[in-house]
Amino acid sequence: MQTNFSLTALADAHVSESEKILRACVHCGFCTATCPTYLLLADEADSPRGRIYLIKDMLEEEKPATPQVVEHIDRCLTCLSCMTTCPSGVHYMHLVDHARAHIARTYTRPLPDRLLRGMLAKVLPFPGRLRLALRVATVSRPIRKWLANLPGGAQLAAMIELSSSFKRRRPTRRLPGATVDRPRGRVALLSGCAQQVLGQNINEAAIRLLTRHGIEVVQPIDEGCCGALVQHLGYESRALDAARHNVDVWTREIENGGLDAIVVTTSGCGTVIKDYGFLLRNDNAYAQKAARISALARDITEFLHELPLQDGVRTTGQVVAYHSACSMQHGQQVRDQPKSLLRRMGFVVREVPEGHICCGSAGTYNVLQPEIANRLRARKVTNIEKVKPQIIASGNLGCITQIGAGTGIPVVHTVELVDWAMGGPLPDVLGRRLG
Amino acid sequence: MSKIRFTEPNREILARRDSIINDLTRLVDPAGLITSTDECRAYETDALTAYRKMPLAVVLPKTTEEVSAVLKYCHDTGVKVVPRGAGTSLAGGAIPSEDAVVLGLSKMNRVLAVNYDDRFIRVEAGVTNLSVTAVVAENGFFYAPDPSSQLACTIGGNIANNSGGAHCLKYGVTTNNLLGVRMVLIDGSIIDLGGDYLDSAGLDLLGLVVGSEGQLGIVTEATLRILKSAEGARPVLFGFPSCEGAGKAVADVIAAGIIPVAIEYMDKAAIEICEAFAKAGYPLDVEALLIVEVEGSDAEMDATLADITAIARANGATTVRESRSAIETAAIWKGRKSAFGATGRVADYLCMDGTVPTGKLSYVLAEISKIVQRHGLRVANVFHAGDGNMHPLILYNANDPSQQSKAEAAGDDILRLCVEVGGCLTGEHGVGIEKRDLMRCQFDDADLVQQIRVRAAFDPRWLLNTDKVFPLDFRCQG
Repeated sequence: MQTNFSLTALADAHVSESEKILRACVHCGFCTATCPTYLLLADEADSPRGRIYLIKDMLEEEKPATPQVVEHIDRCLTCLSCMTTCPSGVHYMHLVDHARAHIARTYTRPLPDRLLRGMLAKVLPFPGRLRLALRVATVSRPIRKWLANLPGGAQLAAMIELSSSFKRRRPTRRLPGATVDRPRGRVALLSGCAQQVLGQNINEAAIRLLTRHGIEVVQPIDEGCCGALVQHLGYESRALDAARHNVDVWTREIENGGLDAIVVTTSGCGTVIKDYGFLLRNDNAYAQKAARISALARDITEFLHELPLQDGVRTTGQVVAYHSACSMQHGQQVRDQPKSLLRRMGFVVREVPEGHICCGSAGTYNVLQPEIANRLRARKVTNIEKVKPQIIASGNLGCITQIGAGTGIPVVHTVELVDWAMGGPLPDVLGRRLG
Repeated sequence: MSKIRFTEPNREILARRDSIINDLTRLVDPAGLITSTDECRAYETDALTAYRKMPLAVVLPKTTEEVSAVLKYCHDTGVKVVPRGAGTSLAGGAIPSEDAVVLGLSKMNRVLAVNYDDRFIRVEAGVTNLSVTAVVAENGFFYAPDPSSQLACTIGGNIANNSGGAHCLKYGVTTNNLLGVRMVLIDGSIIDLGGDYLDSAGLDLLGLVVGSEGQLGIVTEATLRILKSAEGARPVLFGFPSCEGAGKAVADVIAAGIIPVAIEYMDKAAIEICEAFAKAGYPLDVEALLIVEVEGSDAEMDATLADITAIARANGATTVRESRSAIETAAIWKGRKSAFGATGRVADYLCMDGTVPTGKLSYVLAEISKIVQRHGLRVANVFHAGDGNMHPLILYNANDPSQQSKAEAAGDDILRLCVEVGGCLTGEHGVGIEKRDLMRCQFDDADLVQQIRVRAAFDPRWLLNTDKVFPLDFRCQG
């Protein structure tokens, strides 16, 4: 597609990168067909092609973001389904990241929106604060309907609603990692921020799986949030700080003991860690180190798939609907490994119709855009229930929470099922069904 | 730089913009009325992005009644209307005018009825082509026309352009698979043409509507013929050391009376582009590739393939490879169907859409190379060879104005060549704005006048998709 940037604008590294992305787009419109918001809203401006076009105009003209442009970019789930569909190789993720940073610089959001986004960025990445927030959410439950009527209150109400699906989780503690005798490999396992509080059982299962296969697991104590949450909220410099911090932490591990992989059990984080090399490409002190970290990042199912895998020890055979998180199938293009692991463990894996469409979770999207998120969840649950599964498996905590709030079928992480099949404990949510 | 002209917008209409928008708010749901500059900008072009015009406003109606109300209003107040499906036109068919309202059918995307006994499906016009097949596939049925943009393009747009596709060699194009439409005329009246069965009574107005590029009315519902899928289908790749050999093989297959489901052609440039995207296993050591798909029982496919292989070998085919799995078949078609978009990875392009008699393919392919070289550019050829429907992609740099002029001039020369050898300007993409001024190469004035009379019988004030299809200076003579 033709572009019209001034030479001075192109001197900026971000702009010149975005210009290259825009030049690859031929405006064919294929992406509209697989975009969740276009499917629901059917407005060009709520499709990837339309958003690309609005971003192009905003960046070319060096215009501050307008409320209309912000509305349509905010409605983007960043599910990246468009990138899987795009024949021209348009890197939408980098373009929309740039647009979000541009919005953060040039547009003042209404106060309730500012407060909400600020709170999400200050709470979610910090396990201590998140635990406290969950307690507040629990006691606020009775007033959520009243809250929903206040400016920005719909989002608060959505948050309280979602938090209720965590109430049965066990208390959390930081996992110590695990050593093994004569290890065949050594990996760092991302603790995650929200996952430490909401899904400790996931990494416990991952550690059992890895050590069972002779892999030593380290969990550096000073590791922080991967930066995905603040990145998608448009806080670019905070995201880069988070990336630099973790690059330092993992580089130290590489230098002291070596790492075969940085294993991630939340695919949303995996997508961003695999992108550290790009995010820090213009930082001379970090570019090389970050590229090395990105090259080491693996989803847990990718890593397990490459191992000589032990056989399962339990009789399985349950019908599992595998829900591929967008960050898994579109962000990381990891498609077959999770399903093949589950099949190898004897589960009957069923593909979900319209499996390429987002469930509406999308990081903080189900808090910020509850109306669209709820419609997508209903659509997803209907499609999942069509294949009549006993269990739903997914590789991303966000999806597990989102889908879990809309169905009575238990939703678990893929590694919990694999671990159980290999002799680990039955996942809590299955205890009530299968125990 | 750019050669395609637009008419000056009607200043009186532009001056009335606010009151027009105010009136429209009473006619459509607020979520279906778009008026801000930023949001209208998303509608200023289609897949011919070299040309752009901001519309007066955009309406996205949800019902035939809303379409009717908008058209009646526009008719009564003299406002132009540009219909839009998914905006995938390569000929600028959905590009607005500044004094026109864009009427998009994207929100009319419901399936209304499926009837397997009588083998039809009724859908709203904004339903995408591929989703029609998706609805009936689980019962072993499909909708035959399959334009490469079928993932995104709408049935309404397919009807407007009489779209074809790879598999139309055997099953025919849109006009052969459409049973009926509900259409809104410019004065707001709603008419039904055709029915749930083939060949309805009276004048074949349905035939007139197909391919009329939104100038006779706006189709809001369509009844489509669905077909039972064959028991098996198998694409085969034939690689040739020369483009002429591949072109001659196509001509010989057609001349022998063999009708495979599809015969698709790719030259070396297209093969490399598509292989990089789809990893379909296309041979990279050949100058031209034919993808030939046959279907039926195994015995039937074997017999047809034996005949086609003999013809291909006789024309110098060096590679013959059958798809061995469903995954491979899907990759082979994904590569072919994504060819245009995938070309975006290497260059900007203008996609031509001329049709020639299959016996002339080799000659035309050689001439296309010469034409494009003469203009100092490169070309990638990927097209529906069995139908003689050519799609040379003229590669250029859209940020270099001189290259755009050269690409457009080369495109004109190619289309003139198609007409000269007994073919036509457009196979399936429509005339749009792109080929409007070349219509005189295809038709003499008497022909054009007659077409314009038909058009004027439906839309006397010339308000529907006004600046498309016919040369701008020709309207007055009608």
